[in-house]
Amino acid sequence: MQAVFFYLFATTMIASAGVVIFARNPVHSVLFLILAFCNGAGLFLLAGAEFLAMILIVVYVGAVAVLFLFVVMMLDVDFAELKQGFIKYLPVGVAVGVVVLAELGMVAIGWSSAPSAADAVANPMIPQMSNTAALGQILYTKYVIFFQASALVLLTAMIGAIVLTLHHKPNIKRQKIEEQNARTRENVIEIKKVPFRTGV
Amino acid sequence: MSDGWASAISEFFIAYPLLLAFVKSVLLAVALLIYVAYVILADRKIWAAVQLRRGPNVVGPWGLLQSFADFIKFALKEPVIPDVANKGVFLFAPFIMATLSIAAWAVIPVADGWAVGDINVGILYIFALSSLGVYGVIMGGWASNSKYPFLSALRSAAQMVSYEVSIGFVIITVLLCAGSLNLTDIVNAQDTSYGMAGWYWLRLFPMFVIFFVSALAETNRPPFDLVEAESELVAGFMIEYSATPYVLFMLAEYVAIVTMCALLTILFFGGWLPPISIAPFTYVPGVIWFTLKVSFFFFFFAMVKAFVPRYRYDQLMRLGWKVFLPISLAMVVIVAAVLQFWPAGPAGS
Repeated sequence: MQAVFFYLFATTMIASAGVVIFARNPVHSVLFLILAFCNGAGLFLLAGAEFLAMILIVVYVGAVAVLFLFVVMMLDVDFAELKQGFIKYLPVGVAVGVVVLAELGMVAIGWSSAPSAADAVANPMIPQMSNTAALGQILYTKYVIFFQASALVLLTAMIGAIVLTLHHKPNIKRQKIEEQNARTRENVIEIKKVPFRTGV
Repeated sequence: MSDGWASAISEFFIAYPLLLAFVKSVLLAVALLIYVAYVILADRKIWAAVQLRRGPNVVGPWGLLQSFADFIKFALKEPVIPDVANKGVFLFAPFIMATLSIAAWAVIPVADGWAVGDINVGILYIFALSSLGVYGVIMGGWASNSKYPFLSALRSAAQMVSYEVSIGFVIITVLLCAGSLNLTDIVNAQDTSYGMAGWYWLRLFPMFVIFFVSALAETNRPPFDLVEAESELVAGFMIEYSATPYVLFMLAEYVAIVTMCALLTILFFGGWLPPISIAPFTYVPGVIWFTLKVSFFFFFFAMVKAFVPRYRYDQLMRLGWKVFLPISLAMVVIVAAVLQFWPAGPAGS
């Protein structure tokens, strides 16, 4: 049963990753990217990492891919123009691809796990402990520095994004909420007795 | 004799767990859809009552069969697909929306032990599915290839993503108190000797209010129904939809509302627990309490729709990012600090 689902998720993931590259419409590409993410979450589930699976969906599918989709939908891409330089740029693209592939290959060959990881495999976590609790315990004790550092990197990225997009335009009309909230019946409404046929 | 049958059936289902899950899912889905049919009717009736109208009262006694009549009407109509629409995505959007909203119910415990899948990360699962709900809206709006649906989809997506953040923080405070991501454990953590006063709505009252308002925004209910602000966007992202695809969108919307009511019930209102744990109340089955509580929250959803005017878009964004987010973030820190330094205090169990 597990094997059936593994092959189902794995093949769908690879196939949809292929469609991401080959789809003509960029929106379709993003939608297949989302399908690939969901299948990745399925693989995590099969491996027993339910917390990672859910976080993958919440973060990548629920937030990151939504932004992708936003940007791609708003872009007005001219496909004919996009395809024009294909042959001209092909050698450069292939060269970059080969370099990246070679680097990945070198990393894969020279891969060695930390000695403590072997210990962890030999002594798996306590069976009663849930996945989430185990992850939290190791993340906030042993790897707390890395955790904080990655949080700082994210903070920097966030501030950078805000600085890049924030423009203080003069002469823009904005509602001041505190002024609106300070309005009361007494200083807003004026009640006048209007005499008949004479006006105010 | 009957005892033999019961044990034979239970043995059969233990031998085929997938079949058992299937039967449970079908039963839950049927019960949920019938409940939703009456929730739609209740919504219309409550709205009508506030406006001194009668509401639907023709089909069946007191209009009880109105939703079914509407369903048959929509199902028998011809689905019109616009010529310029991106057909695949256009038809896929309502399906994905309906599927996701119903799938969330797989982990919701309607009574003690009555959940199709009682998984460890139940609350995260629901959160993940509700964050996926935005795709139905964006895909529907984009695939229609028309201006109003697209504008509406963008609005809705921004709104849903914004309010998810504060919903996430509210859920975290509840998790801190309950100490588990499992929905059954969260309800059991509220089972104190104080009865109703021991549930989290009292201990985490500000979070309860924020969750209720965010739930309104997340499900695009009034006063945050900017997605289908009729005066601006005709009918929102579903303008181009008709017949069965439209029904699926409607169904998904109401199932999502009921899911949010169920979440309110589980996180803050003690799930299936009776309000006072003494004799006459404890005889009532848990599923009845659960349904009553969900209906209670739905009543508030309907009342808010009836008497609150629609927010402006900038006000909505301000409320989400500048009011709810800081408050809920501060509450996460406060609740965590209280739990750390005063574990026997009111936030602990």
